[in-house]
Amino acid sequence: MKVVVDLNRCQAYAQCVYAAPRHFVLHGREALVYDPSPDEAARAEIERAVHACPVRAITALPDPAGETK
Amino acid sequence: MTAGPSGPPERILVVGASLAGLSAAHALRAEGFAGALTLVGDEPHAPYDRPPLSKQVLRGLFSPDTTLPRRPELRAEFRLGTPASRLDCEARTVTLADGSTLPYDRLLIATGTRARPWPNPEEASLDGVFTLRTRDDAARLSARFKAGPKRVVLVGGGFIGFEVASTCRDLDIPVSLLVRDGQPLAAALGPRLGGLVGTIAQERGVDLRLGAEIERMDSEGGRLTGVTLKDGERIEADLLVAAIGAVRNVAWLEGSGLAADEGGVLCDGYCRAIRANGDIVPDVFVAGDVARWPNPHQGEALVAVEHWGNARAQAEAAARNMLAGPATGLTRHDHLPDFWSQQFGLTIKLVGLADGADSLAVVHGSLDARRFVALYGREGRTVAAASIDSARWLPAYEAAIREGAPFPPIEGAIDQPRLRIEEP
Repeated sequence: MKVVVDLNRCQAYAQCVYAAPRHFVLHGREALVYDPSPDEAARAEIERAVHACPVRAITALPDPAGETK
Repeated sequence: MTAGPSGPPERILVVGASLAGLSAAHALRAEGFAGALTLVGDEPHAPYDRPPLSKQVLRGLFSPDTTLPRRPELRAEFRLGTPASRLDCEARTVTLADGSTLPYDRLLIATGTRARPWPNPEEASLDGVFTLRTRDDAARLSARFKAGPKRVVLVGGGFIGFEVASTCRDLDIPVSLLVRDGQPLAAALGPRLGGLVGTIAQERGVDLRLGAEIERMDSEGGRLTGVTLKDGERIEADLLVAAIGAVRNVAWLEGSGLAADEGGVLCDGYCRAIRANGDIVPDVFVAGDVARWPNPHQGEALVAVEHWGNARAQAEAAARNMLAGPATGLTRHDHLPDFWSQQFGLTIKLVGLADGADSLAVVHGSLDARRFVALYGREGRTVAAASIDSARWLPAYEAAIREGAPFPPIEGAIDQPRLRIEEP
């Protein structure tokens, strides 16, 4: 999958960190660090994070057909 | 001729396959464009995100693959690794470096910038001397960071310099940060907050040198061994990163008739390219780092900003205008400049333009706590707001900046201490 977070929007509510702790981490109080290219197996977790974000800052989509990472 | 666009487009060409180009392509499909869509990119990679490169990618956290998500309905043809070399507005064609010619009904210019090279080419080619802009740059530099350099010298007092310095400290690599000006980040944040970030960097072990410039680089057998500063001091270092700004990719537009120079490709508030003689080119649009346009939040002054948020917003405005028919109004690009930076575990954010501010007021938190929102005033108007680790409160000030609300803001509200108006 491919993930991008609009960090202008992000307000560090950290809901993604709870939803997908292996792929979203806070460094310090508000600096979000995330996995831009998680494995397809993490899809359910990542989608939980997308929906948990109160400011809808996360975009996550499967790799385009025919392309793997 | 300033006629409107000529009929609904069947072929749209986007030159530039990074954030702005991809955002425009997504927006074109979202707006219902069903024709042929081609993106041309000079790098061999599919569109990828750059902000993580100076931070987590260099540090080796998570995947180095920051390819941006692409929607399945994008249905775009990518011509990657082949830069555009010529634009012919009359014939409506773009020629690529491999000699192929692509026709268009609408064209978006989103060729962005490249890292400004170190001015001395002999020094720039030394082993150990880097710039940081692309995925490949980040991969090479990251490998050198892993090998455990003795010391990294960073040149440049902007955000990339500070972010890379922060990454070095995370990896426990000794780092010297050379800033030519007397204050770091002053153009973006003003001297007060720029100085605060400088202090934080020093506390985290960065050897910060203000007013420092390189006289020459020292080398042995083609490898960097250190730098000698203008004041004669020598710093031993085996890696150097020149973060000295960006150069706009406009050379391919030479002879096109467009008003394009090192300041960017000139366009109007609707992202339409402008000829050197002032005429609007109805079918050619510009977006992202390469665009220079009248900014309504700065008295219509012509600006070019290298911000992630602007690239997306301008690309989306351009996409809507590319599809606008004679009966459809054009969308004004009136995005309020915004950016973020992560360094030393802090998130710094800014909305508006702090450059030229004459006063500053902390309206939430405190500088001492390193957690605050500060407003910038200029001639009695609110022009920008900056925050450190207080992102939740920053959007509350956007409206005040958009409308140029009086500065200082309301004083004596029951939920805030007395505001102190300071130098910016």
